[in-house]
Amino acid sequence: MTRRQTGVLLCLPALLLLAVAFVWPMAILARMSLNETADTGALVPALSLATYTRLASDSFTWQIAWDSLVLAAGSATVATLLAYPMALFLFRTKSRYRNLLAIVAIAPLLVSGTARVIGWMAILGDGGMINAGLRLLGIPTQHLINNWTGVRIGLAESVMPYTVLALLAGFGRLDHALEEAAATLGAGPFFRFWRVTLPLTLPSVTAGWMLGFVLAISAFITPHLMGGGRVFVLATEIFDAATQTLDWPAAAALSVAALAGLSALMLLQSLVARRGSV
Amino acid sequence: MKTGGVTALLASFGYAFLLAPLVLVGVMSFSADSYMSFPPSGFSLRWFEALAQNTAMSKAARSSVILAACVTMLALLVGLPAALAVARGQAPSWVAALLSAPLLLPSLVLGLGLLMALQPLALVATWPGLVLAHLVVVLPFVTRIMTTSLAALPADLEAAAATLGASPLRAFWRITLPLALPGVIASATLAFLVSFDEVVISLFLVGPRLTTLSVAMFRYTESRTDPLVAAVAVTLIVLTTLVVVAVDRLVGFSRTVGRV
Repeated sequence: MTRRQTGVLLCLPALLLLAVAFVWPMAILARMSLNETADTGALVPALSLATYTRLASDSFTWQIAWDSLVLAAGSATVATLLAYPMALFLFRTKSRYRNLLAIVAIAPLLVSGTARVIGWMAILGDGGMINAGLRLLGIPTQHLINNWTGVRIGLAESVMPYTVLALLAGFGRLDHALEEAAATLGAGPFFRFWRVTLPLTLPSVTAGWMLGFVLAISAFITPHLMGGGRVFVLATEIFDAATQTLDWPAAAALSVAALAGLSALMLLQSLVARRGSV
Repeated sequence: MKTGGVTALLASFGYAFLLAPLVLVGVMSFSADSYMSFPPSGFSLRWFEALAQNTAMSKAARSSVILAACVTMLALLVGLPAALAVARGQAPSWVAALLSAPLLLPSLVLGLGLLMALQPLALVATWPGLVLAHLVVVLPFVTRIMTTSLAALPADLEAAAATLGASPLRAFWRITLPLALPGVIASATLAFLVSFDEVVISLFLVGPRLTTLSVAMFRYTESRTDPLVAAVAVTLIVLTTLVVVAVDRLVGFSRTVGRV
């Protein structure tokens, strides 16, 4: 038996598993999107793009697509702005607690998303921490949950650990000698940050933002639980079509279209990143 | 020095934002109120008592543990040989790409595809269906950690064993596997935690008679807002921390998974 044959044999169980439980389901999903749905809601086997054209001619589809983009972009921006100083601090600190602080930054990943939503309800809810504070100060209370504001905050927090990791991974390019050189030449701290630190870390900021964006636009738990049924995004729409209205062709077509959009976006980003590094 | 102070101050805002919900979950789990309100009117263990008496939650927890244990064992059985082939450069490059591909896909889309594929086979809301689905999610983690762990082993040890007359299987069993044990334990732990925590894909595949703890928590939060789920979360956080610390003491996560 050649090395190659041994290799294929060793991979065979994993490949079989992925064929059955990954490639096959994705093929079924793509095939499902070409079926049609009758007015009664019944599934009509077909081989057409009717479901795609039906969704594309519905202005609600474009509305939720746009809302999803805006929401994910907003959450990714909040997450990146908050994560940047954390990553910079972790990169520079000589503290003996550095490893502990790095672990704390990604610890939320080990806590279930539902539990973190519960935490946000206690903070943002009508009887939550912020509104309790506002009442104490005699300021009118605010609706901070079961709307877009709440979902934006919750999503920003849920993608932040990944953003910190992505930023930290890219900070290797940041050479402290360059910042010192700028200081020697008389640059003040803020000028130094603006003209040296930020430009050097900009590629990792783009990568971190992009990761946050992709994760936020694919997220389902947070928009569903923190939106209180008033926030409609692509993920909640796909889930409802699959499990509530049982319009499987629509759920499949939305998924395929969303995947195509995301792939195009990631391809664009890698092209831009490659051009930037040349 | 001054910029360092500003960075540290801004970093502490980030930490506060990131950790606030976790702290509040902790506070809420000890609330004496029957609904979520801050500050709680008093502290008690009533939600932990309610949790101990909640049969639906404990049944779901039992299912989750069994499911995660099965998934972990099968993922190691399937993932280890594949990781060995990738680490030795014996596998075609597309295999390595395919092995991590499920991670690139949103779980919602993967769950939807699995629902559509498993429904005609009557595998929805069954153990085999859930195990298959979780295996796909867990396998990329297992193969990735095991590939790193196996590639770090000195290659000439197996060759030495072969020179001394050991068959390839015996060399693997007696030399490679014991040396790779820290990686095996680390990937088993991660596999268990990922399966136990998985919720989006499971949502499509559970049924009234078979559900997981994360789905039960999700469904509960959908319909009611009281601190019960906070009590579940605190229990899980304590258990997870114990497991992670124990494994870290045993094999050193930072050594096997790579330093953060």
